[in-house]
Amino acid sequence: MADTDQSVRPRRAGVPVSRRVLPGFGLSLGVTLFFISLVLLLPISGLVIHTAGMGWEQFWFVVTDPRVVASFKVTVLAALAASLFNCVFGLLMAWVLVRYEFPGKRLLDAIMDLPFALPTAVAGITLATLFAESGWYGRVLAEFGIEVAYTPLGIVVAMAFTSVPFVVRTVQPVLEELPPEDEEAAVSLGASDWTVFRRILFPVLWPALVTGGGLSFARSLGEYGAVVFIAGNSPYVSEVISLMIFVRLEEYDFAAASAIASVVMGVSLLLLLAINVWQGRYLKRLHGGRG
Amino acid sequence: MSAKHHRVGDGPVIRRILIGLAVVLTALFLFMPLVVIFTQALAQGWAGYIGNILDEYTLHAIGLTLFVALLTVPLNTVFGVFLAWLVTRFSFPGRRLLATLIDIPFAVSPVVAGLLYLLLYGSNGWAGQWLGQYDVELMFAWPGIVMVTVFVTCPFVARELIPLMQQQGRDEEEAAVVLGASGWQLFRRVTLPNIRWALLYGVILTNARAVGEFGAVSVVSGSIRGETNTLPLHVELLYQDYNIVGAFTAASLLAGIALITLAVKTIVEWRQSRSEEF
Amino acid sequence: MTIEIDGINKSFGQFQALRDIDLAIPDGQLTALLGPSGSGKTTLLRSIAGLENPDRGRILFSGEDVTGLHVRERRVGFVFQHYALFRHMTVSENVAFGLKVMPRRERPSKREIRRRVRELLEMVQLDHLAGRYPAQLSGGQKQRIALARAMAKRPEILLLDEPFGALDAKVRKELRRWLRSLHDELHFTSVFVTHDQEEALELSDQVVVMRQGRVEQVDSPLALYSQPDSRFVFNFLGQVNALSGAISGGVLRQGEAWVRLPESCDDDDAELYLRPHEVRLTQEPSRDAHLPFRIEAINVIGAEVRVELRPDGWESEELWEVGITHSAFNARQPRRGDRCYAVPDVGHLFCDHLSEPKTLSWYESAG
Repeated sequence: MADTDQSVRPRRAGVPVSRRVLPGFGLSLGVTLFFISLVLLLPISGLVIHTAGMGWEQFWFVVTDPRVVASFKVTVLAALAASLFNCVFGLLMAWVLVRYEFPGKRLLDAIMDLPFALPTAVAGITLATLFAESGWYGRVLAEFGIEVAYTPLGIVVAMAFTSVPFVVRTVQPVLEELPPEDEEAAVSLGASDWTVFRRILFPVLWPALVTGGGLSFARSLGEYGAVVFIAGNSPYVSEVISLMIFVRLEEYDFAAASAIASVVMGVSLLLLLAINVWQGRYLKRLHGGRG
Repeated sequence: MSAKHHRVGDGPVIRRILIGLAVVLTALFLFMPLVVIFTQALAQGWAGYIGNILDEYTLHAIGLTLFVALLTVPLNTVFGVFLAWLVTRFSFPGRRLLATLIDIPFAVSPVVAGLLYLLLYGSNGWAGQWLGQYDVELMFAWPGIVMVTVFVTCPFVARELIPLMQQQGRDEEEAAVVLGASGWQLFRRVTLPNIRWALLYGVILTNARAVGEFGAVSVVSGSIRGETNTLPLHVELLYQDYNIVGAFTAASLLAGIALITLAVKTIVEWRQSRSEEF
Repeated sequence: MTIEIDGINKSFGQFQALRDIDLAIPDGQLTALLGPSGSGKTTLLRSIAGLENPDRGRILFSGEDVTGLHVRERRVGFVFQHYALFRHMTVSENVAFGLKVMPRRERPSKREIRRRVRELLEMVQLDHLAGRYPAQLSGGQKQRIALARAMAKRPEILLLDEPFGALDAKVRKELRRWLRSLHDELHFTSVFVTHDQEEALELSDQVVVMRQGRVEQVDSPLALYSQPDSRFVFNFLGQVNALSGAISGGVLRQGEAWVRLPESCDDDDAELYLRPHEVRLTQEPSRDAHLPFRIEAINVIGAEVRVELRPDGWESEELWEVGITHSAFNARQPRRGDRCYAVPDVGHLFCDHLSEPKTLSWYESAG
């Protein structure tokens, strides 16, 4: 059953090469393993050992401290809100950038990556200035009784800003590859535009949307630089978890800091793993995993 | 052929609404912050701006930041190229694991990254204690800053190269081997010309992140003015001293680097799409 | 349902894809749109479907003007070149799609939809694959599912864009026969696009030959093959042996080659076209023709032996090709380099002063 359909790319068979044709396997393997061990694995194992050494009771005591729990809550909720916003905004931007031609499109496309290129501290003081009571946005929002700076809402704004590119850049290529015939086929079968979007386009887009949203969420969980300037950082209300680690460090409470950090890191690594596995499984079905 | 396809959402009304919405939201959310940075930085005029840059501590922060980037970027470039070569040109067990490991710095909070190094190399860490016997202090000094910056920025070059090299396949390199090219000739004459634009963008992005890293660096630097203060830390310091104009002056330098990064990315993508067309 | 096309024009920027197309497609027949790429055949098909809006002209279904009607309301079945199956839906979800998106008032009940889908899958003989995803199907299976999906709403017009283009030779042949029998059974009006002349001739009741956005000829496959209107159609439908020269005194001559024309014809420059089966090979020239050749190659292709001939003492743009039977081949044992002569039985004469070609026969005069 040879696939002749061009839309289905044959997966590159992972044929093991017994004798390597290309040079540099040993060298590049050596350099890579050395680098990864020294830069990534050694420090991470340090944290694991450090945390394991402190005993379960102390660990539990540290991470269930009410102030820490409150900061977990604030961080997760804000990251959730920020990534939801980015799903909507990112989908809109990807759609507009792929589907339409208009003057200034290139500029719009380029500036989408600004949050990745702009240092987080710069983003932080800028957003704080914009949304402060005397700032350009703060003044307008104050008239409607909305306070952003130095409230949890400010955290959401900062997180959303720093993770804008994730959704746009994961949805964009998927949208570009959608074959126009799918839409024509659906329309010729009598579907309305909205039905085509809901039943033909969205089912293909949402895995990318979830992936992008997931990456945006993961990044927001750990965000520090952009958040601290706008959050106000009042305990129990607007402290994020990264700041909590920092606070414990400044108290020279290394044990507590590493306990909280290991939770944060565990969550992010699980999230990363989940996104990878889930994405792989979904792609397999669309691109011809047999049986 | 030039046939236009029948696609949903191409109606003039919906089209205008969506484009309008996208432009307005982007202007408010992404463009405005840039305007703020530069208007605040220039609030005291050009003379004030130059004066703020020439401030002793600002100059020192610029110097330290450039120094850190100068060490970090080449290191991560070499590593990124080796990693990309390894995972796209050979099949071996653990290949996918390796490609996933490299994403860790993306997923880890920068504060946690800083903490990792502090725990290991700080005066309480086992490596730190061992080094301490020889009077070597890595944390709260420039080597610590370089180390965490390397950690945070190590994925960028590889992440730019891997998809491209995967897509290009290894046919051309195999052909070169058949024709008798040595390893270095192969890389310089066949691989490098194909990946140079992506490599350039990877390097520029690594540089932007190295220059701008804040969370991880603030854990390990100690922020000693005139000693271990990088530009982003200096921005924070000035901001907390209520020297808003000074803070935005320093910030505008970093924003300038960000804009250059975006420009390079746009050019690189344009070159790549052009080379695909012909 | 008949389809009438009335003065359709369509351009894409500078490129004019369709120029003043007038065409009538009869009810219940299988019509092929045949032409090289860029001839406008796909654009015409898409215009009939409503996927393309013509700049000028009208399209009528059974006398009713549908030019302004959206694709959605035209109720045609359309099978796309690369099938355009929805990747995220199973086979049965794909087939059911057209029924499920109908307005609630007209939509059949869920049970009815399920029954119809099963029926359609049985019709295309793929009911055992109902739960599969498109990526798990072979090309031929995808093609049949695309067809079942297009027919779910019981359209009276079925349009197919290069329906067999992406399939390998054997599957293509199988599907061709199957489509023909399906069509004979259900009797909808079908139009399909192809660039493969063999496919057009074998499958259709009527062939529309297109070239550079214009209709070149409309005819039954047989008439098209035996009496082409133009050099283009002649060339496009199969192998052609050509002699171009000048007529003088009833004889067409070029170099050492000449042919005595059986009918009188004014002196002019002319081209004589002959199909491979309209020519015989002999050892000696005949009374009516002197066409010397050297044998270039002998190819045994299944039931037939094809002899490639290089003109000897005259010139032709391409080599001639003549088919002989195995028994003739065994009797004469021709070899590469041998000299021989071609004798025409039937030929088609294109003269510059005649608007239509003249079909000539040498049978009576050969006696």
